[in-house]
Amino acid sequence: MNLFDYFRPSSTAEAVAAASEPGAAYLAAGTNLLDLMKTGAKRPGRLVDITRLPGLDRIEQMPDGAIRIGAMVRNADLARDKDFAAAYPAVAEALLSGASAQLRNAATVGGNLMQHTRCAYFQDPASACNRRAPGTGCDAIGGENRTHAVLGWSDACIATHPSDFSVPLVALDAMVEIEGLDGPREVALDDFHRLPGETPERETVLAPGELVTALRLPAESRAFSANQRYLKLRERTSFAFALVSAMAALDIEDGTIRAARLALGGVAAKPWRARAAEALLVGQSPGIAIFEEAARAALADAMPSGQNAFKIELARRTASRVLLLAAAGAPERMPALPASTFGTTPGALSYV
Amino acid sequence: MSDSLAFPTSHARMGSSSGQPLTRLDGHLKVTGTATYAADNHPQNMAHAVIAVSSIARGRVTSLDVAAAMAHPGVIEVITPANCPPLALDPDQKHGLFGFRFDALQNDRVRYAKQPIAVVVAETLEAATEGARLLAPTYDVEPARMGFDDGEHYDPPAVGIGAPPSFAKGDLAAGHAAATRSVDTTYETPAQYHNAMEPHAMVAEWNGDHLTIDSPNQAIVMSRALFAGYFGIPPENVLLRSPFLGGGFGSKAIMNGPYILTILAARMLQRPVKMVLSRDQMFGPVGHRGATQQHLRLGMDAEGRLTALEHNAVSTTSSFDDFIEPAANASHNIYASPAISTRHGAVRIDTGTPGPMRAPGEASGSAALECAIDEAALACGLDPLEFRLLNYAETDPATGRPFSSKALRECYAEGAKAFGWAGRPLAPRQMQDDEGRLIGWGMGTAMFPCPMFPASARATLRSDGTALVETAGADMGQGAWTALAQIAADGLGLEVERVEFRSGISDLPDAGVAGGSGHTASAGTALHNAGTEAIAKLTEIATADPASPLFGAGNAGVEARNGRLYHRGDETRSESYAEIMARAGMASLEGNGTGTRDPKDAEELAMYSHGAVFAEVKVDPDLCQVLVTRLVGAFAAGHVINPRLARSQLYGGMIWGVSFALHEEAVHDRRSGRPLNADLAGYHIPVHADIPAMQALLVEEDDPYVNVLGVKGVGEIGVTGTVGAIANAIWHATGIRSHRFPIRIEDLIG
Amino acid sequence: MTLSVTLTVNGVRRDVTLEDPRVTLLDLLRERLDLVGTKKGCDRGQCGACTVLVDGRRINSCLALAASLDGADVMTIEGLAKGDALDPVQAAFIAHDGFQCGFCTPGQIMSAVGLINEAEAGDDPERIREGMSGNLCRCGAHAGIVEAVLEAQKKLEQRRVA
Repeated sequence: MNLFDYFRPSSTAEAVAAASEPGAAYLAAGTNLLDLMKTGAKRPGRLVDITRLPGLDRIEQMPDGAIRIGAMVRNADLARDKDFAAAYPAVAEALLSGASAQLRNAATVGGNLMQHTRCAYFQDPASACNRRAPGTGCDAIGGENRTHAVLGWSDACIATHPSDFSVPLVALDAMVEIEGLDGPREVALDDFHRLPGETPERETVLAPGELVTALRLPAESRAFSANQRYLKLRERTSFAFALVSAMAALDIEDGTIRAARLALGGVAAKPWRARAAEALLVGQSPGIAIFEEAARAALADAMPSGQNAFKIELARRTASRVLLLAAAGAPERMPALPASTFGTTPGALSYV
Repeated sequence: MSDSLAFPTSHARMGSSSGQPLTRLDGHLKVTGTATYAADNHPQNMAHAVIAVSSIARGRVTSLDVAAAMAHPGVIEVITPANCPPLALDPDQKHGLFGFRFDALQNDRVRYAKQPIAVVVAETLEAATEGARLLAPTYDVEPARMGFDDGEHYDPPAVGIGAPPSFAKGDLAAGHAAATRSVDTTYETPAQYHNAMEPHAMVAEWNGDHLTIDSPNQAIVMSRALFAGYFGIPPENVLLRSPFLGGGFGSKAIMNGPYILTILAARMLQRPVKMVLSRDQMFGPVGHRGATQQHLRLGMDAEGRLTALEHNAVSTTSSFDDFIEPAANASHNIYASPAISTRHGAVRIDTGTPGPMRAPGEASGSAALECAIDEAALACGLDPLEFRLLNYAETDPATGRPFSSKALRECYAEGAKAFGWAGRPLAPRQMQDDEGRLIGWGMGTAMFPCPMFPASARATLRSDGTALVETAGADMGQGAWTALAQIAADGLGLEVERVEFRSGISDLPDAGVAGGSGHTASAGTALHNAGTEAIAKLTEIATADPASPLFGAGNAGVEARNGRLYHRGDETRSESYAEIMARAGMASLEGNGTGTRDPKDAEELAMYSHGAVFAEVKVDPDLCQVLVTRLVGAFAAGHVINPRLARSQLYGGMIWGVSFALHEEAVHDRRSGRPLNADLAGYHIPVHADIPAMQALLVEEDDPYVNVLGVKGVGEIGVTGTVGAIANAIWHATGIRSHRFPIRIEDLIG
Repeated sequence: MTLSVTLTVNGVRRDVTLEDPRVTLLDLLRERLDLVGTKKGCDRGQCGACTVLVDGRRINSCLALAASLDGADVMTIEGLAKGDALDPVQAAFIAHDGFQCGFCTPGQIMSAVGLINEAEAGDDPERIREGMSGNLCRCGAHAGIVEAVLEAQKKLEQRRVA
C-alpha cells in the first residue's frame, strides 16, 4: 500500500473540497478500497475519511412517502431495519446475500454502489486493463472470462459490476443523492453507473470530489412490497459473488400484473434494468409462459464476451425463476440462505 | 514459546488413555488465542521482510528499482541477485528424500509466476510491503507454457516420491477381449493449492553461527538438517521451533525459497527477521497439486466382474523439477481384476513445482476411478454398491498379498445402513424434494495406505512418579499433541495427566514427517516403545531387588498400570514407580524407542485403511446449482487412539472431497501464466453453508500386523471416495456425467 | 504523518501514536500492541481469521484502517475469557472439537460471539452455517464449529432467561 495523507473532515463541504484534489479518494469502511490498495490496483495520495460525517447514517421516512438511506448506513443495519425490510424484502435479501456478516457489518450502502469490479485483470496491476489504466488494453478479452459480462460490454472492457444491493435498487427506481463542489444534485441509479464504451475508466457519473450522500427509494416503489424476490447464483452456497443474479418485483391486483420490475446482476458493468421485459408483463396474469417470455426479452441483446455463453442461458432461467418467486410472494421470514436457490420457501418451485 | 504441554487433570475417563475421546491437550491455548504460531513471535529489534515475486512465468528480470525501494521510509535493505550471497548448497539441486529445487535469488531467471525475485527488509511491515512494490521489475519475457497442450510431454522416471511410473499385472489385452461390457472414459482435475489458513511464515535469528527459526514445519528434525545444509553449519546449530502449524497438508514438509531468503536476510542484517507470505504468494513457491488428465478403460464380464482395469494419467509439473501426481496408482489396490495396468505421463509447464497435497495421487486418482466404477456399474445395470461388492478384493489386487486387515465390507454395510442406501433407484432423475429439486445419491470407496516413517522418541520416568516424553512431533491440526501423549502414557503405564509431553522443537528425538497419514503410527510407535523400554528397565530393577514385593517375578510376570508395577499372578504384590526409583537411588530412568513395523509383515502383507462414503446432493433442475446435503462415511483404520480427533480428521478429509468436487480450481492466464484467482475470494474452498450434515462412522478393525499399536491412519482417507461419491450423486440427480472437476453450473446447464 | 489514535482494547484504554497511516487494525493489534491471538489468513477480508468485535460488532480487522477507528471499543480473542473462566463459546469449541490447526479459531470464535449477539440465527443450524460463512476453515472443522455455536447459543440463551 502506498503512503497517503489521511484527512478526517468535519463537514460534507470540507470533505468535498478535500476530495476534489487530484489523487484523493473517499474512505468509508474501506472494505473495497483498502483491498484494492493492498493489491496495488488503487493508489490514492489522500484518503478523506467520511465515516464521522454527521447525518449520513440515518434511515429516514420522507414526508412524500419515500425512504432515504444515508450513504454511511452499514449494509447490515439496513437489512436489519424492520420497517425497511418489511417494505423492501428483496433489498434486504440482496444485502444479506452479499459478502459475509463481518463485511456487511462494516460496509456502507454508499460504498456498495462505489465498489469496483471483481475482474481479476482489473485487480492485478500487472495486467492490461482499460478500466484501471486507460489505454492499456483489456486482458480479460481473450483471457479467462467465463464470469464476465454478457450485456452492455465493449471492446474496451467486459467487466461486471459486483453489487447485489444495486440490483433491486435499480429495479425500484432508486435515486442517488450527490454532494459536489457545485452543491447537491441527484441522478437515477440507472444512470449512475456507466457502461464501458470507449471510457471504461469512468465507472460512474460522479465528477471529481462528488460524494454520494444518500439513496432514495420513491414512494411508488412501496407498491411492490408483497411480491418481490432477489435470487443469486454463485459457485459456493454463501460468501461468493454472483455468477448471475436477478430481482423481480410485481404489483399484482386481482390476478393481473399492474406493474413489473426486473433487473439483473453480474451480467454487465452496471445493475441491468430489463425494461422491455417489464413492459411485456404489464396486464398479464402471472404464469410460467409469460415469465419465460419476459426472461427471453431481458436477455434478447445478450452476447457472450468470451467463454461465458452459458451465463446468457443461466441469466434467462434466473430471471424466469425470480419472477415465479416474486409472484409466489415475499417470504414471511428471511430465508436461512438469502437469495439462494436453496433458500426458497416450501412449494415455491412448484408454483403455477 | 511452549514446547511442552501437560494434560489438564479434568479429563474423566476409564482405563487406558488410548481409545478415549479426550479433548485436545492444546485446546485451551487455541481457544484463547495463546497458542503461538510462527508469525506471532516478535523478538527484540526484529525487522520485517517481504518477498517480491515475479509477475511473469518465464524469462529474466532485467531491472529492479532498488533505489526507489530503498528511498521509501523505513526500508533497510533490498536483496536481489546482485547482492545475494551464495548458499552452501545449490538450491537448484535436490537434497534429501523430500528434496525439491527452488529459487533463492541465485540468478535472474524466472521460471513461474509468483517466484521470489527480491527481498525487501524494513522496520515495519507496511514499509517492507510498499518497498517490494516499488521495485517495479522489468523483464525479458518468454512465452509461458501453461496447459496440457502447450507444455513439453515426457515419460517421468518416477511419480510421487520415488514410486514407479507404471505398473502391469495380468494380460490386459486378454482382459479387454474377454469383456462383454466396457467403459472408456476420461476425467480432468485442475491445479489445486494447499492454502493452509496459516500462510508460510518464519522468524529467523542468528547468534554467531547458531540459528533459531520459528516456522511451521511438518518434518522438524529433517528440516533442521536441511536448513543447516544450505547455510553450511552443523544441524545442531539450528533450533527449529514449530509447536503449532496453522495447517500444512503437505506444503509445510518441503523447503522453499522464501524461507532460505528470510534466514539470509537475518544473517546479512544481523537482526531477527520475520517473513510471512501473502495469500497470493501461496500460489507460487510453496507447492500445489498438479492438474491431471486421466483415461480409464474398464472391461466387465456378463456378471459385472472386472476383466481389465486400465488407468492412465498425465500430470503437470514445473519446467525445472518433477513431482508427478501419482493418480493412476489409485487403481492398484481397491478392485479385484485379473488384469491391471497403470501408466503416468507428465507435462512441463511454467508453474512452481507441485508437491504432496493431502492424499497426493489418491485424491485425484480416486475421483476418476470412483466415477469410472459408477459408469461401469451403470453399463452392467448394477447398483453401484452391488458392483463394488462384486469386485471386492479379498487380497491385494496389485500384489496378491493378503491384507493385514480389511474391514471394507463392514464399512460398506454400516455406511449404507446409516445413509439409507437401500432402495436407491438405479436410473437417474428419479428423486426430488418438496420444492422440486433433484435429489441424487452416490457412493465411493475410500482407501489409503499405511506408511510408517523412521521415528524415535525418549521417555523419562521421574522420581516423583511422573514422566517426560519427548519426540519432535508436528501438530498441524491432526492432534499430535493429544494422541501421541495418550499413546505415550499407555506405554508408560501412567495416567495421561502424569505425563509431560515435549514436542514440536528440533532438539528432540526425530519424530519423522507428519505426512502420509503416518505420524501417529510412526511417532506413536516410537513413544510406545520408549515407554515400554523404560518400564522394562524399571521392572528389572524391581524384580532383582530383594526389598521389592516384586522380587523374583521376572519381566514377564509384571504389569505396569497407574504408575505402579503389579505382579501378574498376585495383585496384592505391587509397588509404585517412585518407590522403586527411590530405593534404587535414581533421579530418573530413561527409555528410548523407534517407530518401525516388523519387516517381515511389511514385506508379506498389504496394509491399507478402507472406507465407504455415501453422498446426497440436491440440484436445482433449471439453475443447476448443487448443494451436498448429506455425507456419511464409514471407515476402518485399525485401532483409533482418540475417536473425537479421528472423527475430526475424517470430516476434514470428506470436506476436502466436497471442495475437490465442487469448488477448488486454480485459474491461470494462459498467456501470462499468472494465477488469476490467487486469493480466497476467487479460489473457492467451501464455507460453512456448503457443509452438509455429516457422519463419520468408525468401524472396528483389529490389525495385529500394521504396528504394535494397531494404528493405521485417518488424515487423508476421507478425501478419497468422497469426490467420486459426490460426482456420482450429481449424475444420479441429473443424469449428467461431468468429466471434469470442479463440477460447475455450466457443466450441468446443458 | 503522525496520527494519534485512542482505542479501548479488551477493556483497556490504549493511546497509540501511529507514524504510518497505513496501519490496519489487524496489524496494529499484532505488530504494535502484542495481541497476536487475532490471525492474518488473507489480509483481504476473504477468510475471517482476523475477526474481532468493534463496538460490539464482528468485522474483519484486516480491512479496517486503525486511524479511522479512533475512539472505538475493540474486543479480541484475548479479551473473551473472564480470567480462567472460558466464555461458553470457547468451552463449546473445545468440547465439540470445533478446530484442528487452530489458526482460524480466534476468528471463528469472535464471529460466533458476534453471531449470537446478533440474535438472528437462533438454534437453526442452517442459519448458523450461513451466519458463520465469513469464516473459512481449511482443516474441515465445520461440523464441530456449528455444533459448538449451537450449544453455546443455547447456554447463553438459558442464561438470559434465568
